[in-house]
Amino acid sequence: MTERFLGKDLLCLEPLTADQIRFILDTAEPFKEVSERTIKKVPTLRGKTIVNLFFEASTRTRISFEFAEKRLSADTVNVAASGSSVEKGETLVDTARNLEAMRIDMVVMRHPSSGAAQFLADRIRSNVVNAGDGTHEHPTQGLLDLLTLRDKFGRIEGLKVCICGDILHSRVARSNIWGLLKLGAQVAVCGPVSLLPLGIEDLGVTVFRRIEDAIQWADALNVLRIQLERMHAGFLPSLREYNRVFGVTVERLEKAPRDLVILHPGPMNRGVEIDSRVADGPHSVILGQVTNGVAVRMAVLYLLAGGRPEMAEAAKGRSGEASE
Amino acid sequence: MAKEIVEFAEGTDRLVLVGIHRRGPELSGRLARMIEAEEGVSIPRGTLDITLYRDDVGTIGPRPVVGATHLPENIDGKCVVIVDDVLHTGRTIRAALDEVADFGRPARIGLAALIDRGGRELPIQADIVGKAVRSGAGDRVDVFLQEVDGRDAVELVRGEGGGGR
Repeated sequence: MTERFLGKDLLCLEPLTADQIRFILDTAEPFKEVSERTIKKVPTLRGKTIVNLFFEASTRTRISFEFAEKRLSADTVNVAASGSSVEKGETLVDTARNLEAMRIDMVVMRHPSSGAAQFLADRIRSNVVNAGDGTHEHPTQGLLDLLTLRDKFGRIEGLKVCICGDILHSRVARSNIWGLLKLGAQVAVCGPVSLLPLGIEDLGVTVFRRIEDAIQWADALNVLRIQLERMHAGFLPSLREYNRVFGVTVERLEKAPRDLVILHPGPMNRGVEIDSRVADGPHSVILGQVTNGVAVRMAVLYLLAGGRPEMAEAAKGRSGEASE
Repeated sequence: MAKEIVEFAEGTDRLVLVGIHRRGPELSGRLARMIEAEEGVSIPRGTLDITLYRDDVGTIGPRPVVGATHLPENIDGKCVVIVDDVLHTGRTIRAALDEVADFGRPARIGLAALIDRGGRELPIQADIVGKAVRSGAGDRVDVFLQEVDGRDAVELVRGEGGGGR
């Protein structure tokens, strides 16, 4: 009861054990069913207040977190950087401390700087969930990709997964690499040299320079978005050339020795990294990822909310009911 | 107990048996099979995991296990009998009532408990009881079932002064 299973925060997958990751995925399973009910709500986090602090644009992740929170009956407040006191020059810590002074329980934060979630978590008492920090990690996306792969293949161990595209700027890639490796998958990356981080092999991943080779090797492709907003420094000659050399197309997939499962964290640039016929094709699990995202986030919020030492303290003397 | 359930539901037309994790589903399965053998009808069954409806989320253990909830399509107007192994504080049943209400509006909800060990903290009573036992707050009542534990037994473990049976 004293040691919390996940600790106070979920900041990244890198420090988690395989056991912890599997447990989050297992906990997500029953939460899938909650979203299928007529009344899509359970009272689990009633009375908890959660602030979604988004310093970067997001549709899918923010809405997914918000659904997860609401389906657990938490009270939620959304703060976007534009239109808030952040525009007036308030620092991250001051913003968070002010929120905490209003007695919140959790913060879900997306921030353009790598390490921002850790920085915040070290300074406030509320639980912090990282919803993407710079180019570092996006742990709930990594978890939902793992859950989707596990749904499809029934296992993660031994799977060959290739992450394609802009690995350099991708927090999704990093969370995926850690999660997949810990659960025993074989991981590869594929993309233009200018978008592969130096020394990526040291993490234990294979590097493919040609998408055709990756397709020959893999069981599943996780196709990343070419982040147009980060492409100002001349990483790519043109999007058209990227599609010609690295695009995941039906023609390329037809040459694969087996049917590849296709993942994409969204939002998709159709006709750049992925063709519409692939994205909407029979082997795409892209919308399944979105559905699983809500369940995974419910599981994470639930596990972080549980077992607070001070609350366990307050509830002492009520023993016995737990065994009923 | 099976007979009492049928009496309680005034027949089997509207009867739905719902077991609470853990061991409730196995118990309700056994009761349903008995009723089916006796009456020659099929009884709809469901399972309920009340973990998400507990009133003590802050004190859950470090590895809470959330089980599956599955109820028959439509429970509106039905007579739902909740089946649990041990009735103690009543908090589990309070949570179960809330959860059932989120799935529909049964005409009637009943409670069947294999063991009623007393010690209620809420105004909740069972309609059908297999056996009532006296127990103190420090005692433990363990129910073992063939399907889960490989044997059928009910053990009362005294909290202080070692375990009698």
